[in-house]
Amino acid sequence: MCALEAPFEEPIEELRRRIDELEGFPPGSGRRKELKKLRSDLEKTTKEVYGRLTRWEKTLVARHSDRPYTLEYVGCLMTDWVEIHGDRAHADDAAIVAGMATFRGRSVAVIGHQKGRGTKERIERNFGQPRPEGYRKALRVMRMAEKFGLPVLTFVDTPGAYPGVGAEERGQAEAIARNLIEMASLRVPIIVTITGEGGSGGALALGVGDRVLMLEYAIYSVISPEGCAAILWKDQQKKPEAAEAMRLTAPDLLELGVVDEIVPEPLGGAHADPNEACRAVGEALARNLEELEGKSPDELLEHRYERFRVLGAFDEKG
Amino acid sequence: MAWFKKAKRQRPVGRERPRSQVPEGLWVKCEGCREIIYSKELLKNLRICPKCGYHFRISARERIELLLDDGRQKELFAGVQSTDPLAFKDSKPYKDRLKSYRKQAGEKSAVIVVEGEMEEIPIVLAVMVYGFMGGSMGSAVGEKITRAIEEAIHTERPLVVVSASGGARMQEGVLSLMQMAKISAALARLRDRRVPFLSVLTDPTTGGVTASFAMLGDLNIAEPGALIGFAGPRVIQQTIGENLPEGFQRSEFLLQHGFLDLVVKRTELKETLARCLRHLLKMPAKVAES
Ligand SMILES: [Zn+2]
Repeated sequence: MCALEAPFEEPIEELRRRIDELEGFPPGSGRRKELKKLRSDLEKTTKEVYGRLTRWEKTLVARHSDRPYTLEYVGCLMTDWVEIHGDRAHADDAAIVAGMATFRGRSVAVIGHQKGRGTKERIERNFGQPRPEGYRKALRVMRMAEKFGLPVLTFVDTPGAYPGVGAEERGQAEAIARNLIEMASLRVPIIVTITGEGGSGGALALGVGDRVLMLEYAIYSVISPEGCAAILWKDQQKKPEAAEAMRLTAPDLLELGVVDEIVPEPLGGAHADPNEACRAVGEALARNLEELEGKSPDELLEHRYERFRVLGAFDEKG
Repeated sequence: MAWFKKAKRQRPVGRERPRSQVPEGLWVKCEGCREIIYSKELLKNLRICPKCGYHFRISARERIELLLDDGRQKELFAGVQSTDPLAFKDSKPYKDRLKSYRKQAGEKSAVIVVEGEMEEIPIVLAVMVYGFMGGSMGSAVGEKITRAIEEAIHTERPLVVVSASGGARMQEGVLSLMQMAKISAALARLRDRRVPFLSVLTDPTTGGVTASFAMLGDLNIAEPGALIGFAGPRVIQQTIGENLPEGFQRSEFLLQHGFLDLVVKRTELKETLARCLRHLLKMPAKVAES
């Protein structure tokens, strides 16, 4: 790969290259000392770079193709995975995966966007942009989870719902809307984790729950920075300005009350150490799930309602 | 179907005419048939082209006049208005945009909620104001529609929401997105109480409004020729790189694909909504006037 997905990582990459190079040399005079210095430089530089990421740079981290996706979280945190397919009406949408797994001793339903790696799989999974059948598969699995009392864990990472002719013909809007009303009334615990890109309605359609967790460098927004820049600035290149203005990062959303908890990422982002990222998500999920499992369905629904009811900022005059 | 119906006297369209698509000039060119129409004739005809039936947009206040019986209308939550939670600024600060839209549209937000009667059925009616930032949904719209739903739950009056919106409002960021969840959660409660909800989709209804309450009616009813969809046609065209099919994302297209229950002309909208509500409320049918 020539250009870095996250160009601001250039100094980090440079140090990594030098470390790799040096590690290839035979041991000898000063090598260990030099390596030690490089490694401490690497840590220092990574901390510096990641300590001052702009909102647009965080967007690039959120989209990084080495970040863990839903199936990696499943593989890392769960056992006995059974993936299930299809919406029982039209098709199976590979942009959303769904199934059942054992998570720390209990069965759970898992639903999440799946972006795919490598050109072939990315195309198969439509770059993680679901069509209506994806949302309807998700809903079918949620209803089954409700029927059998399984908690639902969703993983959100999508540029958005797919804007295509077929998707519109089959009711993209209806499919998203249906999930919102049904997730608001599902009588089992739902924990949502925004793991990468929370792209608008296509993200929200898996995003209504009792808890909404968000990874440190994930983003969540009403429209992509590119889309916002194209409409409001009439220039897609103003995406950094748009990202800044929309305040789409985890700390922003925690402040606005949209997310409940930020899951810390390893130094250098989840793509630098996917296993560590998965582990942190697992800890947060387990803790939140334990809290929710003590509540009755009525309590869950009451709190879930209040959680979303208070979101927004307005005043009232006259 | 209309052959047995009495010719209805057209309701006069408010004295002080709010802004809308029809310019003040004497003559208007119809976007449907390209014919030149006399403005007065258009206004008399509820802004439907007398030549081809093209439905011009009408203002929210006109819509309320059209749908509710005269008198005994009470506007609710009129003071709710958006703030600027993100201190958002593109070429112009959002605060200034809000100010100028308030002045231009003569409304505080992009939705009006009223309590009134429709053919003597007490209802809660919410009508979106397309003239206020393209009817975009931010926190104020979300709050007012949620309150309208809660009012419908509380009073057990049926809810009618007339949508006209470009979708969620970008200037309030993810908070706008959250309004979709908030409103849908309230609709879940309305559903549990078995209070009817009729969604009326007018030109245009797209984005987050379609992908939440507009598609969640017990009945989804649209005016003819309205643009209705999730993604905007331009975005789709850019994505697929080819021309869109004829009539794509218009009311009739959605009806054909099973996402609308009815497409109803403006002249018949009120009586159709009332008839649906009477069925859902199990009220005795209205006796025909002689
Ligand atoms: Zn015409």
